[in-house]
Amino acid sequence: MNTPDNSHRRSFIGRMLALCAWPSIAARAADVPSDSAETMIVKLTGGKIVSEGRVKLELPLLADNGNSVSLKVSVDSPMTPADYVKSIHLYGPKNPRPNIANFYLGPRAGRAQVTTRVRLGGTQRVMAVAALSDGSFWSGTADVAVTVSACWDAS
Amino acid sequence: MTARIQAPSTAKRGEVIEVRIAIQHTMETGFRVDEAGRPIPKNVVNKLVCRYNGTEVFRAEMGSGVSANPYLDFFTVADASGELVFDWIDDEGTTGSERVTLTVS
Repeated sequence: MNTPDNSHRRSFIGRMLALCAWPSIAARAADVPSDSAETMIVKLTGGKIVSEGRVKLELPLLADNGNSVSLKVSVDSPMTPADYVKSIHLYGPKNPRPNIANFYLGPRAGRAQVTTRVRLGGTQRVMAVAALSDGSFWSGTADVAVTVSACWDAS
Repeated sequence: MTARIQAPSTAKRGEVIEVRIAIQHTMETGFRVDEAGRPIPKNVVNKLVCRYNGTEVFRAEMGSGVSANPYLDFFTVADASGELVFDWIDDEGTTGSERVTLTVS
């Protein structure tokens, strides 16, 4: 009976296994905290209804490279001190971090329109949610087919 | 960090002007690894503010979903001559600032 030897070997194996598992845990930890796009929108609105419409989201139908996709979002609003867009929130549900960007405007913007370039981690329906000064929320979507995802490539 | 701004130098009072800014930044996602396989930490320009004569007219919060060399194109009403000042900061705390002057007639 060589019990001490056995336990020593077991703890050694255990340590080796832990060592193998460690980098993958560390790598995963970076992208775990992201909520889903739906959860993020509920947090944003506080559970209020998001109506479809008034928000126009323009993206190409087909994006060859997900690393840089032009995106234009505009909201139908007079942009007066009495009625304006407070903020616009962009979501890519298939991105590892779905909240792409948030833009804060005000009546001084004159026009509720923002253009930028985004990364998309795969073919998906991108969504924009606008918060208006009257407390209402409006949304618009755009479907984009992405040939080469922005994520997981080692470039 | 350098940036390129495109905005009109003159405008009529009340005119809605288009402002464009492109900041030179890798917008590191945090999902990539270097040659040795070590993860490259996330570092993106997470906040950009544009102030017009001291008043905030536009603010952007960005994540890793914004492309490298972030580009933003937005609008503001030209109501007085003065300065448009852009300030931004990345995850490492590096800040950048740029300004343009605007003459309103």
